[in-house]
Amino acid sequence: MEAFVNQLPIGLSIGAVLLLIALGLTFTFGQMGVINMAHGEFIMAGAYTAFLLPGLFVPSLVVAFFVAGAMGLVLERLAIRHFYGRPLDTLLLTWGVSLVLQQLARDLFGAPNVQVKAPDWLAGGIGILPYNRLFIMGLAIASVVGVWLYLVRTKHGRRMRAVMQNRRLAATSGIDTGRVDMLTFFIGSGLAGIAGVALTLVGPVGPSLGTYYIVDAFLVVVAGGLGQLRGAVLAAAGLGLLNSYAEFWSDASLAKVIVFAAVIAFLQFRPQGLFTVRSRALS
Amino acid sequence: MRLSNALLATALMVAAAGCGSTGSTGSAEGGDIKVGILHSLSGTMAISEVTVRDAELLAIEEINAAGGVLGKKLVPVVEDGASDWPTFAEKATKLIRQDKVATVFGGWTSASRKAMLPVFERNKALLWYPVQYEGLEASPYIFYTGATTNQQIIPGLDYLKEQGKKKIFLVGSDYVFPRTANKIIKAYATANGMEVLGEEYTPLGHTEYSTLVNKVAQAKPDAVFNTLNGDSNVAFFKQFKSAGLTAEAMPVLSVSVAEEEVTGIGVDNIAGHPVAWNYYQTTATPANDKFVAAFKAKYGAQKVTSDPMEAGYNAVYLWAEAVKKAGTTEVEAVKKAAGGIALERPEGLVTIDGENQHMYKTARIGIIQTDGLIKEVWNSGQPIKPDPYLKGYPWASGLTAG
Repeated sequence: MEAFVNQLPIGLSIGAVLLLIALGLTFTFGQMGVINMAHGEFIMAGAYTAFLLPGLFVPSLVVAFFVAGAMGLVLERLAIRHFYGRPLDTLLLTWGVSLVLQQLARDLFGAPNVQVKAPDWLAGGIGILPYNRLFIMGLAIASVVGVWLYLVRTKHGRRMRAVMQNRRLAATSGIDTGRVDMLTFFIGSGLAGIAGVALTLVGPVGPSLGTYYIVDAFLVVVAGGLGQLRGAVLAAAGLGLLNSYAEFWSDASLAKVIVFAAVIAFLQFRPQGLFTVRSRALS
Repeated sequence: MRLSNALLATALMVAAAGCGSTGSTGSAEGGDIKVGILHSLSGTMAISEVTVRDAELLAIEEINAAGGVLGKKLVPVVEDGASDWPTFAEKATKLIRQDKVATVFGGWTSASRKAMLPVFERNKALLWYPVQYEGLEASPYIFYTGATTNQQIIPGLDYLKEQGKKKIFLVGSDYVFPRTANKIIKAYATANGMEVLGEEYTPLGHTEYSTLVNKVAQAKPDAVFNTLNGDSNVAFFKQFKSAGLTAEAMPVLSVSVAEEEVTGIGVDNIAGHPVAWNYYQTTATPANDKFVAAFKAKYGAQKVTSDPMEAGYNAVYLWAEAVKKAGTTEVEAVKKAAGGIALERPEGLVTIDGENQHMYKTARIGIIQTDGLIKEVWNSGQPIKPDPYLKGYPWASGLTAG
């Protein structure tokens, strides 16, 4: 019974990890429709940022946001913007970029995993839930609130929503959609960087780090509904809990199967995900 | 049409290679002996296999500096298996047929070994495989210089039993080595009055261990037997520690974590936990002092040496010794000469068992120290005779039948 009760916070903490890795994708994939396979490598870039700033865990969250954001910006400007409206080409392009970035990390930092020391104040925990998990949950909530405030309360956020809902109308209203795309990609990639720093608390820090999380990130965005913040939050929490209890009653391999089967079944009934954008745009 | 072209090409290749190969098969006119080195130099396994290649190249360099073998220099032909099992088979064929190498040192994963095995058997060529593995194999064309199960897993269990650990929990990656190892562990436990409280597998590359750690914490075992592989170890140990579980209360005995992996896991997260191998960088033998010094001199002072690297390093020396004894690099003669060869190696005395072509090796249990090195706390006293099919263990009779 105790173990059963323990699985509840564990499920939520898994959900928090899922939310952090998927939050950036709700921008780049959800709003812009770019299937960015290199998203995982932006997470990796965030993790290596934490490695390069030993003892500066909290500042590295900020630095990682800008490092990964800048990488996203460069990728968008140099390559992706020439491929808008060609999702399959973008997929291949970004997949290639992800392989290049992995090899780059291998050359720069070596193939073995590196060590990122967790700050001392994150040692220990309450019951089954360690402080580092609580920190990740707090960080996920803070990120969501930050993103929500940005979208709802700022001029840039309003423009971003306008472009997402109806790109051509936004353009005719005088919004520079190219600039908005740049900014969207910057923020989406930057959020991946923050996730990367947080993941150093619980997982390996090595060149293949991104590949371990990319599929789960897409799963959350698709199940939550493209570009939907509340969809991503609910999907991440739901998948986290499902994963936690499925693994508790079976094992890790079967839990993965159950989660994927559940998402596939769910998408049969709601192909648009949990929530959808209602707009009058002709797609 | 394509087939006949291929046949023609093969015939030409064989003829061409035949002309050039007199130098390398051991006629008296000096020259070189080509040896193949086949490891993953790219892809996921590169992380581990590159270090074994480095150790093998060091051994070749040392042997050449000491005058070579049969008065000839060894020339390594290095190929990349690319972490891809069909590529291993393809490159092995290339080394044997095209380069006409006298022997090949290579492989890491069991999958790569299984892919190369038929190639070596078909071509009657020699492979030296340097990594501990799940046993239940003894190809006449492979020499196994890493441990088989009775030289690593069973001594690990003996150690836990001696420590009074009666209840154990099994954690492993979901593939052939952990599943085979755990079958052996369960049979051992039944025969030795130990209790297996749980057996959990996670996919390779799995990073979310909170549920599994919760299960372990609830089961309250005396010890955990860990056969996880690769990056999963990092996630597992980080999450194990942050759940408040300690090495004192619940030691995790690992069989796939060596000096190389400790940094990535973080010394803080794993210090105090035991591991089972046959060699550590700290193993106190004169041969090891020399090996560690030479390795650091060649590759950098911050490099560490580990069990699979040492086994690869040994393989080159053992083969060279067999060639000297046989007076030729001809495979059947070398195989015949190899049995009974005994060398003082960094891990201690290593003897080739002519029957199954495995090595007599001393089992060593070590505890991971706060400086990232491993300190030996227990050893088997003398080299253990290799027993890949566990014929000498009555409780294991049910395992090897299938």
